[in-house]
Formats: sequence, structure tokens, C-alpha cells
Amino acid sequence: MIDERPLLSVRGLTKYYGEHLGCRDVGFDLWPGEVLGIVGESGSGKTTVLGCLSGRVPVNGGYANFQTRAGGVVDVLTLTEAKRRRLARTDWGFVHQNPQDGLRMAVTAGGNVGEPLMALGARHYGRVRDEALDWLGRMEIDRERIDDVPATFSGGMQQRLQIARSLVTRPRLVFMDEPTGGLDVSVQARLLDLLRALVRDLGLSAIIVTHDLAVTRLLTQRLLVMRRGEVVESGLTDQVLDDPQHPYSQLLVSSVLQP
Amino acid sequence: MTAVEPAIEIRRLVKTFVVHAHGGVELAVLRDLNLTVYPGECVALRAPSGAGKSTLLRTIYANYKPQAGTIRVRHADGNIDMVTAEPRHVLAVRRRTIGYVSQFLRAIPRVPTVEVVMEPLRALGVAAKPAAARARDLLMRLGIPERLWSLSPVTFSGGEQQRVNVARGFIAELPILLLDEPTASLDVASRDRVVALIREARERGGTIVGIFHDADVRDAVATRVVDLADLSAA
Repeated sequence: MIDERPLLSVRGLTKYYGEHLGCRDVGFDLWPGEVLGIVGESGSGKTTVLGCLSGRVPVNGGYANFQTRAGGVVDVLTLTEAKRRRLARTDWGFVHQNPQDGLRMAVTAGGNVGEPLMALGARHYGRVRDEALDWLGRMEIDRERIDDVPATFSGGMQQRLQIARSLVTRPRLVFMDEPTGGLDVSVQARLLDLLRALVRDLGLSAIIVTHDLAVTRLLTQRLLVMRRGEVVESGLTDQVLDDPQHPYSQLLVSSVLQP
Repeated sequence: MTAVEPAIEIRRLVKTFVVHAHGGVELAVLRDLNLTVYPGECVALRAPSGAGKSTLLRTIYANYKPQAGTIRVRHADGNIDMVTAEPRHVLAVRRRTIGYVSQFLRAIPRVPTVEVVMEPLRALGVAAKPAAARARDLLMRLGIPERLWSLSPVTFSGGEQQRVNVARGFIAELPILLLDEPTASLDVASRDRVVALIREARERGGTIVGIFHDADVRDAVATRVVDLADLSAA
């Protein structure tokens, strides 16, 4: 452990949508190189937490201190919109459930992957294209498709392209919202395997929201189990899955069909 | 000269399963359990099925969460309590100090056998080439046919999967090994190869706690056999 400070430190994160509770008093530390899973059923607040942390949903309380690449610590919940956008560009990656939310559908595959690099100041077109080609290969997308637009891709290819676009800048923190959610099972396995290799090879720090416990077993080291806006259990992923303590975690784990 | 410190020191360990779906029924499995294991020892746990042998191994590995007690493990020139350690420290212990071999392999589709086996070495920072070479050596030694090495073990037979699991568990030569029936579904030849690996680990000064159903295997590897019932304070 080289860096003994958490990358992200969240306390008391609370969000109400009017009268309705989004999430209450959520707290955790994310350490460099850790992948945290947030599980729970629809309406448990897991997506709200992700939205608050990535600045897309304004909060009612709490803080989330993030160690930036530039060296400082900022509370991402209170950043101005302009600063948050800059931080998102330099330090964060996003993988949305629906690839169309993370891709520019009218721009070529190569453009989708190269654009974030250009936004960070890369100017050498040949090098950006080489990097894009490298990422297409890594994500098992035929390099010949570099000049095609994602609309001509299958759902699984679009998702792999979105991942390439979000990771090409080597973000310090990646937010993933149901990254395998809309895909066929056979396509999911390939994507999971690719993600697993990326997590290991790049030493990614990530927060993954999912309702799929198999995804958390494969990709995450730690889990938060959420129910009705609150964290009911947290711990090492295999411990929470194999020896769940809270009644709701037990129900969640025992409800999964073993094929 | 200082006395040798225990590799594992378990004190007053309590593990009870509370099943909330069945009205909070409580299954007390480990009650006030004490156990000390020194480097170079291979302790075989003996008890009837369902008495908690596997539960004890999983609790030492922090896969199960006990209600009380301490599990002090010698790790990185110090000691760490697996009961209270933070997740990231537990993961560091699993990388560097404690290996766990279960009867079942949790294989991932698409990942070749050789990569499954070399992964613990890669996690320690060993480069891909030497890690793969070591993995091939072990697979060869355990009698897994070479034509299978590049395939995912998902479709392998039970005995083949178990040997892949053993290879993965032994490759990093970790100081402590927890073995849950490592020879359960193996033929005699494969069984003897695993026995040889266990003895080598012991002779390196490794610490082993295991469940060996087969009395021949137990006699061949164990330096001490303990009845689980005797570990709990009366």
C-alpha cells in the first residue's frame, strides 16, 4: 500500500427528492485500486448515490472528499459546475448502462475513443488514432471498424466502445452504472472478462452499481448493500455474498437462482 | 534466541449462523474455539460432517464473519487479526500470506487454465512469463494434459478442476495454506501428487490447516490431528 489515504471519502451523503428519500447517511472510503460494488433492488438508492457522487444529482447533505490527480482534495458534492466538469474530464470515467448515453452516436468509433484525449490536450492526430486503434483491439472490436459510427454496432460492441472511450484517459476513478445490464448473457460474459482484465491491468479504482451479484463477485472487492436509501451491510465482497448478516442481504443472496 | 511465534493463534472464536428467513433461528457452529498452529505444522481437523470444519477454515480466511474472538495471523513481519481487519488488509493477507484451496473451482468463462493458475503470482507482481512457466510446471506435475492448458476449466471434470484449484492454491508458496478436502475427487495417482505438494510446503516451513477425509492422506501429511470438539473450552 503506497498511498495510505483514501481516494474518495464519503460521509453522511443524503438526498431527498421532495418528500421522497433517495439515500440517507451513506458513508464509505474507497482506496486506490479498489473496486466497490453497490447492490440493492430498484429504488434502493444505489443509482442515487452514484448520481450524487458524480455530481449529476444535487445533494441535501454530506461530503465526498476526492484526491485529485493535481494533488489537492476537493469535496465533489460542493464543486461549481465548471470545476466539476473539468474534474470529470481529467480524473473520472463513466460507463452508463445504455451505451448511447456515453457515446456520441454520430461520431466514428475512432472519434469516440480519441475525443477524450483531444479534450485533455492531445494534438498529434496520428498518435491519437494509434491509441484509439489500440483500445479497439483491447476491447475486441475489429480495427477495420474504426471509421464506422456506433449506430452500426451491436449492443455489446457499443458497450465495449463506451468502455474504451471512458478509460482511454486512464481516469483515477470510474463510475459504472449496470455496465452489463442491457446485454445478452453470452455477451455479458465477454464484457465481464474484459472488464476484469482492465481492472487488474490498469489498477482501476471504480464504483459499480448493479443488481447482479455475479457481477460483483467477479469485479469488486467490497460491497455495500442498500435498501430503502440506506446501507444495511458492507464488507468484503465474498464475505457479504457467502455469509450475509443482515436479513435483507440474506434475502438478496438467497433469491438468486443457481443455474 | 527467541521462541518461534505461532503462524495462527485463534482465541475464543464464536461463529453462529442466524437465518433470518427462518424466524432468526440460530445455528451455533464454533463455540469458544482455541487453536494455535506453528510454522512447519500441518494440522488436520477431524469431526463429523457438519460439525464446522469448513466453517473454521472459511472464518480464518475471513470469508465468514464470526461473532466474537480473535484470529491472529503472522503477516508481513507483524500480526493481524483477521476478525477485525479492514477488507483491504484482508485482501493483502490473502495475496501474501494465506492461501485457501476448496473442493470447488470458481472458474470464469473464457479464462484459460494456465491464467487461472498463474493469477496469484501475477497478483504478487511476478511478470507474466515466469508466472506462466511456473503454472505450466505445476499443471504438468499434477497431471493435467497439456492440450487443456489453453482452455477454460469450466468444462473440465471434477478431478481436473480440483487439480487446477490445487495448482492455483500452491503456486505462490504462501506461508499459510488452508486446505478443504484438496484430494476429495482425485484418483490415487493424482492424490499422491497432491500429498507430495503438501509435504513440500510443510518442509519449506509453511503452516497448514486442513480437512482430509481420506485417512491415508491424513496420515501422510498431518503432523497433528485435532478433534474439533476438543478445541472448544468446556
